[in-house]
Amino acid sequence: MTAFWWTVAALLLVTLLAGLIRIWRGPNPADRMLAAQLFGTTGVAILLLLAQAMQTPALNDVALVPALLAVVAMVAFVRRARPEAEEPE
Amino acid sequence: MIYLQYLLVGAGCLFFIVGTLGLLRFPDTFTRIHAITKADNLGLGLLMLGLLPSTESLPQALKLILIWLLVLAASATASYLIAHYVKAQSPDALPHADTTSEEQD
Repeated sequence: MTAFWWTVAALLLVTLLAGLIRIWRGPNPADRMLAAQLFGTTGVAILLLLAQAMQTPALNDVALVPALLAVVAMVAFVRRARPEAEEPE
Repeated sequence: MIYLQYLLVGAGCLFFIVGTLGLLRFPDTFTRIHAITKADNLGLGLLMLGLLPSTESLPQALKLILIWLLVLAASATASYLIAHYVKAQSPDALPHADTTSEEQD
């Protein structure tokens, strides 16, 4: 049973690393930020699986962190990337 | 029950793979946003359903569902932010950008 959780977590880690290709190749910065979004979601999934595999429920709370950090990073990126859009108002 | 869990978590993992594949293969940013948000949210939902039966206590199961709802809201807002940003950066990015504006007027 727990071996199954470990294999699925490892598989998700591989998809996470596949996201790095998009970071390297992404033509515009928005694509690179999408990889950050991917890290957020896949990070939550991996942490939930590990919480189940290692029987440590505390990891479920840790899983909340990457979910929020992905959004905060996205907001910072959008705000920082076009400050001139705010000035003309 | 165990096999149901295997099935659900396997399907969730499949959707994650499809989502990442979409991120790598799709031509432009808008389709990638679509791939990431939809596939990963569904993947996480299935994963959650697969994990629910093996949680020890009810509060822990509710916490799992809460995490999924948070990720749903978080990735939805994040994808809208990215879409607005890309549209602001290059208005002609959408293949039929001009026709959509005409319909709105």
